[in-house]
Amino acid sequence: MRALLDKLRGLTSPDSGADRVVPPTGFTARLTVFTSAAMAFLTIFALALSLASGRLATSWGDELARESTIRISAPAGQMAAQTAAALRVLEQTPGVASARALTPEEQQALLEPWFGPDLPVQTLPIPQLISVIESDEGYDSEGLRLRLSAEVPGAVLDEHTRWRRPLMVAAGRLRLLGWVSILLIGAATGAMVTLAANSALAANRQVITVLRLVGATDGYIAGAFVRRFTLRTLLGAGVGTLVGLLAVLLMPGDSGAGGFLTGLRFEGWHWLLPLLVPPLAAVVAYLATQMAARRVLGGLA
Amino acid sequence: MIELENVAYSYGSDALLTDMSLQLAPGAFHFLTGPSGAGKTTFLKLCYGALRPTEGRIRLFDQDLAQMGRDDVAFARRRIGVVHQDCQFLDHLPLAENIALPLTVSGQASPEQVDNLNELMSWVGLTDKYDALPPELSGGERQRAALARALILSPDVILADEPTGNVDWEMSQRLLRLLVELNKMGKTVMIATHDLMLIRAAKSLVSARNLRIANRTLQAAGVDL
Ligand SMILES: Nc1ncnc2c1ncn2[C@@H]1O[C@H](COP(=O)(O)OP(=O)(O)OP(=O)(O)O)[C@@H](O)[C@H]1O
Ligand SMILES: [Mg+2]
Repeated sequence: MRALLDKLRGLTSPDSGADRVVPPTGFTARLTVFTSAAMAFLTIFALALSLASGRLATSWGDELARESTIRISAPAGQMAAQTAAALRVLEQTPGVASARALTPEEQQALLEPWFGPDLPVQTLPIPQLISVIESDEGYDSEGLRLRLSAEVPGAVLDEHTRWRRPLMVAAGRLRLLGWVSILLIGAATGAMVTLAANSALAANRQVITVLRLVGATDGYIAGAFVRRFTLRTLLGAGVGTLVGLLAVLLMPGDSGAGGFLTGLRFEGWHWLLPLLVPPLAAVVAYLATQMAARRVLGGLA
Repeated sequence: MIELENVAYSYGSDALLTDMSLQLAPGAFHFLTGPSGAGKTTFLKLCYGALRPTEGRIRLFDQDLAQMGRDDVAFARRRIGVVHQDCQFLDHLPLAENIALPLTVSGQASPEQVDNLNELMSWVGLTDKYDALPPELSGGERQRAALARALILSPDVILADEPTGNVDWEMSQRLLRLLVELNKMGKTVMIATHDLMLIRAAKSLVSARNLRIANRTLQAAGVDL
């Protein structure tokens, strides 16, 4: 009798009541927790991958600064003429934003690390350097090379940073793929919860019928299922996120040499992003269960 | 309370019930009789909105069933206590919680209701079965529990489908007196039954009308059987 009184008192909180009237669904419950944990774990990696590729693309993009160099090697007498000719060609080349010959002081500064400050640059036959900054659309390097070889025999075009361009594009693509993966994982989580909720709803069809008969509203019945699946997903995603973060933390740090591989981690405020994964997973589960429940309930009297 | 206007119903292509009209007034006491398979259970289901008529109109508490949303139907059902022929319990919950289920789902479960529950349980003679699970009960015990659950929200209308089908004569008299008592308090009662003895016994207690479903229609029949 005491026990009954306590039980009924427990029922006064509508939530515990609704959760009791639907029998526990052990197996589906564990599957839901496990799957959402796995999904959250994958999301953390996709997120780390996206952010790391993003950082890489940005830093490479800054470094490139769209700069290349023309080196002119000519007998001392022709140096000035060839430099002028090269500058003229560059002026006429579409896609070149600016070009200028480096001053002897600048050239000396570049050589200093190798030969010391006392190098008599003027007296040595070192090549003249022209710095070329391309515009956003970029120039046609083959065309430029051809014109230079025809008009400035001593000129060599050195596109020292151009080779990185495809890498930068690849990094950008990788970032995009990371975000697409996250969206897909989210959709898969929704689909998984929908399947689990549908199976729970089907298994409890008789319970739902009885609840409708005694005057339960759709909201009350749906709530029992929605609460369950939302909490399970939240729990699973929480665990998965934690494990994922731990795994990212344990990645070897950035030693400078590893580049991309050792850059797979979160930086600064990006550490906060993974914290959004469990609540977002819960929102997905909430919507999926809500829709599944409404669909099943709509088919009952 | 419940009004049917030229209602027809068919499960498939053949009409089971046709052109049925009825006004269940407050305080009325009706028996519903007819051969097995005539459609008594179907008729009651129409009365509490579990089935929508294929033709005609049903009004529950002055609302047109066709216009009622799903929540409206749920709220209307809280005012109609139904004893289902097949009882309809949740097998994983102890009996007391099953009987209190209408309170639970309508958010009215409270310690004060426990007195109500105790009284009902003793009325139907189930005080020693609080913690039993429904599958552990006998057919008669289940029926008595179903009646208790139908009454727990103190509904305006009581629809009972064969409430005495599995109980002995003495218990059926006891349940009948309970329903008559409730009717005297102003509740509308309709009992679907095959039990002519029960109808005869009721005659001395209450002025009841007998409705008979035969040949797909509803006919008024005498209680002098
Ligand atoms: N869900 C259903 N689908 C199809 N046919 C049904 C359904 N429920 C009942 N029937 C049929 O409708 C007819 C009337 O059934 P109903 O249960 O209303 O009869 P009843 O008068 O209550 O019978 P009883 O006295 O045996 O309880 C029966 O022939 C039955 O087979
Ligand atoms: Mg029947």
